[in-house]
Amino acid sequence: MKMEDFVAKNVAEVPPSGIRKFFDIASEMKDAISLGVGEPDFVTPWNIRETAIFALEHGTTHYTSNWGTTELRREIAKYLDLRYGLSYEPGNIVVTVGASEALDLVFRAIIDPVDEILIPAPSYVSYMPGVRFAGGVAVGLETCEQEGFKLKAESIEKAITPRTKAIVIPYPNNPTGATMSREELSALREVIVKNDLLVIADEIYSELIYGIEHTSIASFPDIFPRCVVINGFSKAFAMTGFRLGYAAGPVPIVRAMVKIHQYSMLCASSMSQVAGLEALRHEMETGFAQVEKMRKSYDMRRRFIYQGLNEIGLSCFEPRGAFYIFPNITKCKMPSEEFCNRLVHEKKVACVPGTAFGDAGEGYMRCSYASSMENLKEALKRIAEFVDENS
Amino acid sequence: MGSDIKLDVLDLLEENAKRDNKEIAMMLGVTEDAVRRAIAELEEKKAILKYVAVVNRDALEESGRVEALIEVKVTPQREYGYDDLARRIYKFEEVKSVSLMAGSYDLAVRIISNDMKSISKFVFEKLAVIDGVTSTVTVFIMRKYKENGVILVNDEQDDRLVVTP
Repeated sequence: MKMEDFVAKNVAEVPPSGIRKFFDIASEMKDAISLGVGEPDFVTPWNIRETAIFALEHGTTHYTSNWGTTELRREIAKYLDLRYGLSYEPGNIVVTVGASEALDLVFRAIIDPVDEILIPAPSYVSYMPGVRFAGGVAVGLETCEQEGFKLKAESIEKAITPRTKAIVIPYPNNPTGATMSREELSALREVIVKNDLLVIADEIYSELIYGIEHTSIASFPDIFPRCVVINGFSKAFAMTGFRLGYAAGPVPIVRAMVKIHQYSMLCASSMSQVAGLEALRHEMETGFAQVEKMRKSYDMRRRFIYQGLNEIGLSCFEPRGAFYIFPNITKCKMPSEEFCNRLVHEKKVACVPGTAFGDAGEGYMRCSYASSMENLKEALKRIAEFVDENS
Repeated sequence: MGSDIKLDVLDLLEENAKRDNKEIAMMLGVTEDAVRRAIAELEEKKAILKYVAVVNRDALEESGRVEALIEVKVTPQREYGYDDLARRIYKFEEVKSVSLMAGSYDLAVRIISNDMKSISKFVFEKLAVIDGVTSTVTVFIMRKYKENGVILVNDEQDDRLVVTP
């Protein structure tokens, strides 16, 4: 057999990430300004790093329980209760290698062959492949700019089949920056309960929300017993490289996730768990001062780029979460991929084509404003030139 | 947005005094006019005293400046307490800052000069002789790592990949 033929079909069939493709293009442009970065531009706060260093110095270098340390899971439970009114016991929580692993685990834990999982589109690049690797079928629920990229009960209703098993609720959303209010989430409850769906709530951006409060869909009593909440430390505490996340949910589902986790990953990094514990304790003791400082800084840049893009004639809906903005680029009359390709080659500004997040992203691009004000200003200037030349 | 933006404007200018009104307005989601009014008010209330650059002279080899911290013990004076002594000290041009401290000494005096000799001279001839000053300890600043919240020796860089999910 040729080496290619050894690759399993369900892996070969999944297209490579559009982000990856664009990464290769943008990496060659050494002096390009990148608005393509999906992670905070803050370095992890020093108290957290210092705690991790101390842990290393004192030999915290061993495996922990598969579930994660009890201390950390207790603190996560306290945090979820304090911030989002969710009451979990440590036995409902598994600590994972980033929220990404938690997603992979939950898909593998619940999907039987050809089970269908509903996924709003556009959204984060990993959902669809994760579902497919687990043998399931990813069903896109298109959301649109006019409706603020929010999910509607009608579109769930329309997509339901006898094989529909679960729905991903990914708000605040990457790449659109969309959020859903308590009322808007509440409107989805009936169709979810009626069709007996499991809810996978990816709330990794829950702390990065502007002008409204984050509601976890799990905070509704009828959704709580059928919901797995996924969150982590990467975005709220600028800890991407620590690879630390978690899932909280009903015991049978979390147990199934731990079963996979114990055989594949064993446990999340022990020094990262110590760092995560410090992050939660310190922020809870100080009224989330550092988190708030970072949030405020993103918020100012959000307003700046939102007004800036609108002023140069790229209409966009005002994002209220994460650190992305998703301008409409259809006035330039070219596909998103071509737009972003030419933008990086001609003006040296790297943004990610909306299509990297599914076909529903056609006509948009994702700009991350987790970048310095200097970069944002210069990037806006260059995008304006490009738009002028092409419309 | 009717809420008070003065504190936000102050934060933004403290971070970078070269920001223009337009940029501040965009960052706060208010009109330029509102920013102009806020700044005028801040200046009038002396919440903004002046616009200066945070400099790092050590970056230039020819900087040739010496900075010292002088710990001054004094006898507080009847009626005036420490204020009068502090005034006698802070009026000197060489003195960059004066603070009243709780601890083993009373006044912390920061002074900048061209060489150590002139600092010693200042301490002996101007400071130590003031009535009410009982003792001085002069410590020289050898290297600055962080000043006004700005880290002067940059040991961290943005090593994020250019495009990530």
